[in-house]
Amino acid sequence: MTRKLLLALPLLVFVLFVGAALWRLADPPSSTVASKLVGKPVPPFALKPALPTKPGFGAADLAGGQPRLVNLFASWCVPCIAEAPVLAELKARGVAIDGIAIRDTAPDITRFLSEQGDGYARIGADPNGQAQIALGASGVPESFIVDGRGIIRYHHIGAVMPQDVPEVMAEWEKVR
Amino acid sequence: MIAEAGLAALWLAAALALLQLGAAIAGPRVGDVRAVAVPTAVAQGVLTLFAFAMLIWLFVRTDLSVELVAANSHSMKPFIYRFSGAWGNHEGSMLLWVTVLAVAGAGLALVERRLPPETMRATLGAQAALALGFFGFLLIASNPFARLYPAPAEGQGLNPLLQDPGLAFHPPTLYLGYVGLSVAFSLAVGALITREVGPALARAMRPWVLGAWVLLTLGITAGSYWAYYELGWGGWWFWDPVENASLMPWLAATALLHSVNVLAARGGLRSWTIMLAVVAFSMSMVGTFLVRSGILTSVHSFAVDPERGSFILGLLVLYVGGALALFAARVGTVREGARFELVSREGALVANNLLLTVLLGVVFVGTLYPIFVEAATGDKISVGPPYFNAVSGPITLVLALLLFIGPLLNWRRDRRPNLRRIALPLVVTVLALAATFLADMSLLARLGLAFAAGLAVASLLPLAGRNLRRTPLATWGMVISHLGVAVALAGAASDTAFTRETLAAARPGEVLSVGPWSVRLAGVDPVAGPNWTAVEGHLVATRGGTTIRLDPQSRTFSDPPTETSEAAIRTLFDGQLYTVLGHREGERWQLRLWWKPFVTLIWLGGALIALGGALALVGRWWRGRRQRRSEEAFA
Repeated sequence: MTRKLLLALPLLVFVLFVGAALWRLADPPSSTVASKLVGKPVPPFALKPALPTKPGFGAADLAGGQPRLVNLFASWCVPCIAEAPVLAELKARGVAIDGIAIRDTAPDITRFLSEQGDGYARIGADPNGQAQIALGASGVPESFIVDGRGIIRYHHIGAVMPQDVPEVMAEWEKVR
Repeated sequence: MIAEAGLAALWLAAALALLQLGAAIAGPRVGDVRAVAVPTAVAQGVLTLFAFAMLIWLFVRTDLSVELVAANSHSMKPFIYRFSGAWGNHEGSMLLWVTVLAVAGAGLALVERRLPPETMRATLGAQAALALGFFGFLLIASNPFARLYPAPAEGQGLNPLLQDPGLAFHPPTLYLGYVGLSVAFSLAVGALITREVGPALARAMRPWVLGAWVLLTLGITAGSYWAYYELGWGGWWFWDPVENASLMPWLAATALLHSVNVLAARGGLRSWTIMLAVVAFSMSMVGTFLVRSGILTSVHSFAVDPERGSFILGLLVLYVGGALALFAARVGTVREGARFELVSREGALVANNLLLTVLLGVVFVGTLYPIFVEAATGDKISVGPPYFNAVSGPITLVLALLLFIGPLLNWRRDRRPNLRRIALPLVVTVLALAATFLADMSLLARLGLAFAAGLAVASLLPLAGRNLRRTPLATWGMVISHLGVAVALAGAASDTAFTRETLAAARPGEVLSVGPWSVRLAGVDPVAGPNWTAVEGHLVATRGGTTIRLDPQSRTFSDPPTETSEAAIRTLFDGQLYTVLGHREGERWQLRLWWKPFVTLIWLGGALIALGGALALVGRWWRGRRQRRSEEAFA
């Protein structure tokens, strides 16, 4: 009996494997990491203006009744260059955008915006990446849609590319 | 027309596989096995080879009216990547798989002459059944020759990580190994059907196992080096699910390689050998399934496609489930093999088999544990290097220790094992262990270095006292492979014990130190390649009077937009200097520097292991040919 069981052991292990594989195939893992902060209020932060020409902002300013798209960017970030024209298109379609400049300097930001275009209503300076950490962002660029009451409704990791525009616009329409 | 010719060849080959399977089931009524099965098997091999050649031609010409080419190629790509792009995607790699399967089936039909005809018939039937399933998968769910209308003006390119000379040869080598094991699988199934398990079966199986194992060893070694220099993470094994998927069949094949020798020489270990032959190819298929279905997330993942995943899972249930059920039902009725005592060559090989199987279990459980846990509790967890290293390290060390004595024991029983012969390696081990206390390192690394030193000596002992010119090539092969284990172990232990790492953000002109080296960031320049742009760091490293220059790059590809880091690595006689340029932080650049003493021994050892296998294969083939010649002369 033990020998029979032993001989059937590989088969039993395989059956277990097939069970797990079937379950996984029926319920494939989602490839997008759902941000823990979606549905929660913006965590507290307050940022000084990154440039003398534009105001900075803080978490409190995001609960001002109007939805905003908060975009984390940096002049040293290559994907941000690819993202800039898409942000310009979003702005043209009525999206209000605030920027957070991560670990950057005013001269570099000015140069970046003059070359790549400037769609930001406000830009906060985040020289140490504190707001980035508070928002649970892992890198640059990332974007958040915050509704008029200061609740995060959408989190996009990486550059917003042309193919992402319909999704971002759909999320924007929801909070308007 | 090219695509249609390829597709027609595939359909014809599938029809032939069906015919071959039918002939096997019909049995002797439809005539001699060689009259039907051999021509159909050979024709299948030729037809699939033709289809694969057509796909390569389409890729080389960048025929964008073919969907697969448009999705994975680009006319601006260098020639070698247009060529290798043919198998750098799901459909193409499955066609490669089927091609190797059909060619191996043809080879078996042509070469094997010693098996009893009934076993041969059942074996070719099993091989045809395997081929039929994968032809079905290719033609129904993954047609590589599908047309796209209208044809786009330009292709979408190839994942930049895959644009590397390593890619041109790494997957085909692994596939040859995976699928070479299919012959061992079919032979095992054939033998289970006819219940004829004996030395003749083992001799038929051995060259295929040996050949497949050599290629798997080479493929894994090359893959490890590729990940090492291309990913820029400084490690050589990440326990990524896809790496594990290639390691599991290798572990099973290594065990099989040893047990098949016992069956060939002594007629023992019958059920073990059959089980390992079934498990080795099953692991190849499970590995392919894990990669293709996307049920495990990995850096290697192709697009997740539940439909294709279900199809392959269906094939797995049919083949693996069928074979294992046949094994459970039948192997008990196989005549028992020759007996042996615990202390004997067989005993040592059984221990080797058990340890390798436990290691296989460890990797299998670790790889699939996240799925099991999520299915049972809903928690998402991941199993990483801490588990794998902690569990596989000690088992590997015990395996190495077993290698000290195993090859020196006699067959059947060894009443008085000649322990004096292993005195020398034991002394070397103890001395090396004492020497490791000069430096601070982990216990595992300490033991690894000591065992490696002892094993290097012990592996040569089977040659001691022999006339080296008359020693069979197969013995030389064993010695070189075992020496390779010692060399690889030394490299891995040295990497663990002595690697120094520096991670810093440096301004141009700044000097960093890593191990014995001083590294100055001389400057950073933009550079451009055929389909990428990059920033290139210029590093000047000095140690004593030696000065070397390294230029690591951070590359940005345009189609599709991706960033990769090209590590700059310099190999010296006593180690490698490994440098990576990261992102810019204002004025400064992230730099990651490693000094890795003797790390290259890992891959040198892998190459030696494969070389030993190749020598044994050539030696056995040579001997078999001479034997047949003398038999013919005698007759």
